[in-house]
Amino acid sequence: MNKFTFLLWLLLPWNVLAASVAAPFQVELDLNDHASLERGLKVFMENCSGCHGMQYQRYNRVAEDLGITPEDMENKYVFTDVKIGEHMNSAMPQTDSAIWFGAPPPDLTMVARVRGNDWIYSYLKSFYVDPLRPLGVNNRLLHNVAMPHVLQRFQGKPLPVRDDKGHVIGTEAIGGELTDEEYDQMIKDLTGFLAYSAEPIQTTRKRIGVWVLFYVAILFVLAVFLKREYWKDVQ
Amino acid sequence: MSNAPIDIGRRKFLTTTTAVVGGIGMAATAVPFLKSWSPSAKAKAAGAPVEVDISKIELGQLIRVEWRGKPVWLVRRSDETVKSLQDTDDRLRDPSSEEAQQPSYATNATRSIKPQFLIAVGICTHLGCSPTYLPDSFSEQVEGVPSGFFCPCHGSKFDMAGRVYENVPAPLNLVIPPHYYVNDNTVMIGVEKGETS
Amino acid sequence: MSGFLDWVEERIPLMKTYNKHVGQYPAPKNFNFWYYFGSLAMLVLVNQLLTGFWLTMNYVPTAEGAFASIEYIMRDVEYGWLLRYMHSSGASAFFIVVYLHMTRALLYGSYKKPRELLWIFGVIIFLVLMAEAFMGYLLPWGQMSYWGAQVIISLFGAIPIIGDDLTLWIRGDYVVSGVTLTRFFALHVAVLPLVICLLVFLHIVALHEVGSNNPDGVDIKQNKDENGWPVDAIRFHPYYTVKDLVGVAGFLFLFCYVIFFAPEGGGYFLEKPNFEAANPLKTPEHIAPVWYFTAFYAMLRAVPDKLGGVIVMFGAILILFFLPWIDRCQVKSIRYRHWYHKLNLAQFGVSFVILSILGALPATSLTTIMSQLFTLLYFAFFMALWWYSPIEKTKPVPERVIYK
Repeated sequence: MNKFTFLLWLLLPWNVLAASVAAPFQVELDLNDHASLERGLKVFMENCSGCHGMQYQRYNRVAEDLGITPEDMENKYVFTDVKIGEHMNSAMPQTDSAIWFGAPPPDLTMVARVRGNDWIYSYLKSFYVDPLRPLGVNNRLLHNVAMPHVLQRFQGKPLPVRDDKGHVIGTEAIGGELTDEEYDQMIKDLTGFLAYSAEPIQTTRKRIGVWVLFYVAILFVLAVFLKREYWKDVQ
Repeated sequence: MSNAPIDIGRRKFLTTTTAVVGGIGMAATAVPFLKSWSPSAKAKAAGAPVEVDISKIELGQLIRVEWRGKPVWLVRRSDETVKSLQDTDDRLRDPSSEEAQQPSYATNATRSIKPQFLIAVGICTHLGCSPTYLPDSFSEQVEGVPSGFFCPCHGSKFDMAGRVYENVPAPLNLVIPPHYYVNDNTVMIGVEKGETS
Repeated sequence: MSGFLDWVEERIPLMKTYNKHVGQYPAPKNFNFWYYFGSLAMLVLVNQLLTGFWLTMNYVPTAEGAFASIEYIMRDVEYGWLLRYMHSSGASAFFIVVYLHMTRALLYGSYKKPRELLWIFGVIIFLVLMAEAFMGYLLPWGQMSYWGAQVIISLFGAIPIIGDDLTLWIRGDYVVSGVTLTRFFALHVAVLPLVICLLVFLHIVALHEVGSNNPDGVDIKQNKDENGWPVDAIRFHPYYTVKDLVGVAGFLFLFCYVIFFAPEGGGYFLEKPNFEAANPLKTPEHIAPVWYFTAFYAMLRAVPDKLGGVIVMFGAILILFFLPWIDRCQVKSIRYRHWYHKLNLAQFGVSFVILSILGALPATSLTTIMSQLFTLLYFAFFMALWWYSPIEKTKPVPERVIYK
């Protein structure tokens, strides 16, 4: 194998080695789809922000990145009277929530970088009815999780589907406001918003990256020509 | 070493081109280092415009708000005060606000949008102390003038439109910040009408 | 202009030094791909210094503020994200480049007389670099930062008699805390970078005193022309400045690909648990050091006894110091040595890579057995070399270097 092939080999997606538990569902996100991200923002603010904060994300940053005017941001998505430049903190006091739920609901700014997009998407699809739990639900990915199924009214009641050993291998949702496809879209939008919030700069960095690589390639070609010209001297 | 003739022209061309392209790259690499010194989103958020309710300010009262880390005064001036502003023009260094210490809409006799309100940055233009508001005892500093601002650090004096007197250390009138009236009871300090930051 | 240069030259030998070490410096003409990594290491060092200093302008070195300050840099500071990624990718790039740089020395016997001190300075730089990287990794104060530091510092507790006092002294507290963070910050930003720069300077002084080795292991100083210039040498400038530029451009392409398209490095350059703030009450599922330490970590875990593991782990690094005296073969380059030396070198490389993979995985009985095997093979490299090198049948080494 020559050195060029070796270098190409280095560019393989080594992240596959890093995956520990395979998430049961995969999701393809397009973080340039601002409409989807804005829907995700809406879902987050209306259903999640009561308990979960995003302490490193600012409202005005979201507005600017998603193409929402400051007025629309303040009217539609900012529910307290914080200024638009402030962080998206949760109003729920941490000490109280620790008592109510056993652990304070974690901050979600970077959950997508810790868990991965597929995990989050799968988590939101993996709640199932469990009468033995205090809140009536359990989750396939986080056994005995303390979180309620906040989106249940959209998904419907997720009845567990079990294999012959009694393990939950899936769910069947009945009576939700949304169809299965619509719920999947809602979850996808929300996952997209979380993925964006974990690293707001990611679409910009890839865009800049294309130009940078293009420039370095040109520099490389020039350097090779320059080297060969001077090395004609060397016998 | 080779004995073949050297193509000096080609070498010069390749060296120059590579040097120029490389130089562009180095300049581009410097950009993030330099730009990282610009005000961050946190600084900009802290420096965001401030909305102030002016409906409760009494006649002659001064309230103080903070904008970009600086004190901004809002004073409700009486009609008498406003009328008497022009009487002391001859004792002022820059009575017609020729120096660029205020937005265009405050380049007038009262240095304000509404005559009854003075809105000024409360920092002395000498060395940065915050002058004291003397609503009644200013005549001790300037004969015949009942109210004004006196800076205790080096003795500079400003009138009720924030204009600096002659023969004091401060060289310029007090700064009038950009602002606009959202409605009769509310003023937004830090932006012109229509801007967001 | 020349008048000005003369004025300076009378007072400080700028041109004389430049000519001796760059302009008229004789370098062997047969340098190959493996010779890029010295200049690349210097490039990465400059990158780490510049981006590192810039990061300290916004980083907060306290337990309460550190994690948030990293996100502040990533989100609020203009281009802060780029400075951060340049620094984190640079740390991994540093070890990739340094490991390849060391590989060259092994391939061509660049550690042999008269370059033993050059090699020793290099191993010291490697050790200091590991300390520098370890301390730097605590600074983001993520889950992996905290727990990785907790585990590694507690290793020093295995040292008999002084162990517990030593760990308490290193931490400055009863557990890893903000006290540990601030002192690691001072060491990482100020002390160790100075030490590294000094060592790199000494490393190059030692190199220039004896001149570079080359892929044929031929001593070019044995063959000089009537002017005293080695016939197999070329001037460093313009030939190697121009060639190193190609290396730099090629490296930058890969480096920028990582920065702009894969800064997390598949979870190996920026580890996923580290995006969660340090929580002393919650231990992560799987604690492992960063990839460039995992080979040594595998050796540590391979030995069932804690002190034994520490001795083996440090021993694996310290034995490198003795390589010039372990390898007693007179022939320098792999090109002219016996095939069993080539095999030995190859197995050493493979063992190191496999140990690196094993150290990153959770410990199981299988990974433990394999780690024990490959640790033995790692040390076997040195033992075998000691045994066969004085009696090794080598090929004749040419008088002149092979070029083209």
